[in-house]
Amino acid sequence: MKAIAEGLFTDEAQPRLIGGKDRETGRIVFPFPGTPTFEPVLLSSEGSLWSYTVQRFRPKTPPYLGPEAFSPWVVAYVELPGQVIVEARLNDVAFEDVKVGMAVRFAPSPLNPDDPDSPYIPAYVPLSVSAGEAA
Amino acid sequence: MSGDVCIVGIGIHRFGRTDGLSGVDQGVFALREAMADAGVEWPQIQFAYGSSDAAGNPDTMVDRLGLTGVQFINVRNGCAAGGSALFSAQMAIKSGEFDLGVAVGFDKHPRGAFNALPAEYNLPDWYGEVGQMVTTQFFAAKIMRYMTLFGISQKTLGLVSEKAFRNAVHAPHAWRRQPVSLEEILEAPLVSDPYTKYMFCSPAEGGVALILASEKKARELGKPLIRLKAATMRTRPPSSFEVFASSVDVVADDTGPRGTASRIASADAYRLAGIGPGDIDVAQLQDTEAGAELMHMAENGFCADGEQEQWLAGGRTELGGALPVNTDGGCLACGEPIGASGLRQVYENVVQLRGDGGGRQVPNAPKTAYSHVYGAPGVSAVTILER
Repeated sequence: MKAIAEGLFTDEAQPRLIGGKDRETGRIVFPFPGTPTFEPVLLSSEGSLWSYTVQRFRPKTPPYLGPEAFSPWVVAYVELPGQVIVEARLNDVAFEDVKVGMAVRFAPSPLNPDDPDSPYIPAYVPLSVSAGEAA
Repeated sequence: MSGDVCIVGIGIHRFGRTDGLSGVDQGVFALREAMADAGVEWPQIQFAYGSSDAAGNPDTMVDRLGLTGVQFINVRNGCAAGGSALFSAQMAIKSGEFDLGVAVGFDKHPRGAFNALPAEYNLPDWYGEVGQMVTTQFFAAKIMRYMTLFGISQKTLGLVSEKAFRNAVHAPHAWRRQPVSLEEILEAPLVSDPYTKYMFCSPAEGGVALILASEKKARELGKPLIRLKAATMRTRPPSSFEVFASSVDVVADDTGPRGTASRIASADAYRLAGIGPGDIDVAQLQDTEAGAELMHMAENGFCADGEQEQWLAGGRTELGGALPVNTDGGCLACGEPIGASGLRQVYENVVQLRGDGGGRQVPNAPKTAYSHVYGAPGVSAVTILER
C-alpha cells in the first residue's frame, strides 16, 4: 500500500494517520506540518462521524488526480476523541445510511480502484457491529 | 470630525454575466452612477478605496474617470474585500482627513466553481489530488452538522432559495430574476448534500460604488442622511470550522455552535451602533448557500440556533415579515463577484432606507439596516445603517 504522500499514515496491519502535536500548546492538527514546533503523533484509528457531505461532481483537474470516470463519494469529518477532527473519505456505506455520530475505522483506499498501482488516500469505513463488539 | 459618516450616493452595475465589459468597466459604470446620485463630480472626490479579487487593480479606474491625482488605495481581503474598502473609507472621513470619498468594488470571475490550488492556502499537494480542494464540500459539511445539532430540515434550506429568487424578480441589478418553485428547488440535482444546485450561489460579475461624506458635507449636498453607524471587519477565533480544513480542533463541549468571525464582527457592530438585533428593520446576510443565511441569522443575533425552522415556516424573513432578509435575493440570486458583493448589500440597504425598493420595498419605512459578509479563511464584515 503506497500512500499518496509520505508521512500521511503508518504502514501497519491497522494503519493510523500521523498528526502533529504542538510542542507548546498540545493542540493536535492533521497532517503533520513537519515544522519544528510540532512533533508527530499517531492518531486513533477509530472515531465517530462529526459531519459529512457527498461530493456529487468531479473536482477540477488540476489539482484533482482521481480517475476520469467519476462516481460520487462521501467527504467525512471524523472526530478522534481527545485528539482532533480529520477530513477524509468514508467508504463502504450507502449515502442514505450515513449519520452524524456513526462509529468509523481508518481504512485507506486507492484513489483509483481500477488501477492496481494507484496510491492510497486517507479514508474510513463504518465500524461494523461485529468489529464493534469485538472491540 | 463631529457627526456620522453618511452615504450620499449609490451606484451599481447589474450582477451576473456581461460579456464584453471588463470588471473595471463595471466598476466605472457604478461609480459614475453613484456620483450622479450624490450630485458630485469626479474632481471633488478626495479619496477612493477599491476592492477586486480577480478583475485587476481598482486604481486603474483613474484612466477613465480623470487623472485628478486622487488618493486611490486597492483592497484585497477575500470575501471581506468590499466591507474592508468601506471600513477604510469611513475611517478616512472619521479621522477628519477627508470629507468626501468613495468605496467601490467590482469583479469578474471565470464561469464555474472557484478553482483553488493547495499551495495558495498553505496546504500539501495531496489535499487537492484526492479531491478535497472544493469549497462546496466545506459549506455542505458545515450545514450538515448544524442541521443535525439544531433540527433544521432540507425543506427550510429550500425556502431560503425560493425567497431569494422571488425577491430578485423586483431587483433590477439581480442576476437570476425568475421565481423557482420550492418543489423544483428540492428536486433539483444535489451538488453537495444536502444542497441542490439552487441552494448555492455562483461566482459572477458586477460593480458597486458608494459615495461617503462627513455629516457636514452630506448636509451641504442636501441629501437625505443615511448614517453609517457601524462598520466592522473581524477575523476568526480559535477552533472555528473554516473552508479547506484538513483538520478541526476538538472542543470540550461540542453540542453548541462554534465561535466565528461573524459573531465577533456582529457583536462589535452592535456595540458601536448602540443598538441590538431587535432594533434592526431589514438585513442582508451572507447567503453564498441557503444554509449560510440560516446560520448567519443566529450568528448575527437575530434568532437562537434552531429557531430558523419556525422563522422560515412563518415567513418572518419575507419582505413583509418581522425581519426581512436579503431583499434583493442576496448572493443566491445576484451571484458573488467577490470585490463587489459586500458593497451590494449596503447598496440594497440604502435603497430600502430611502424607500426606493419598488416591488421589493420593505413596508413601514425601515429606519435601520444591517449587512453581513463572511468568507475564507474566517473573515467577516458587518455594517449598520440608520436614517
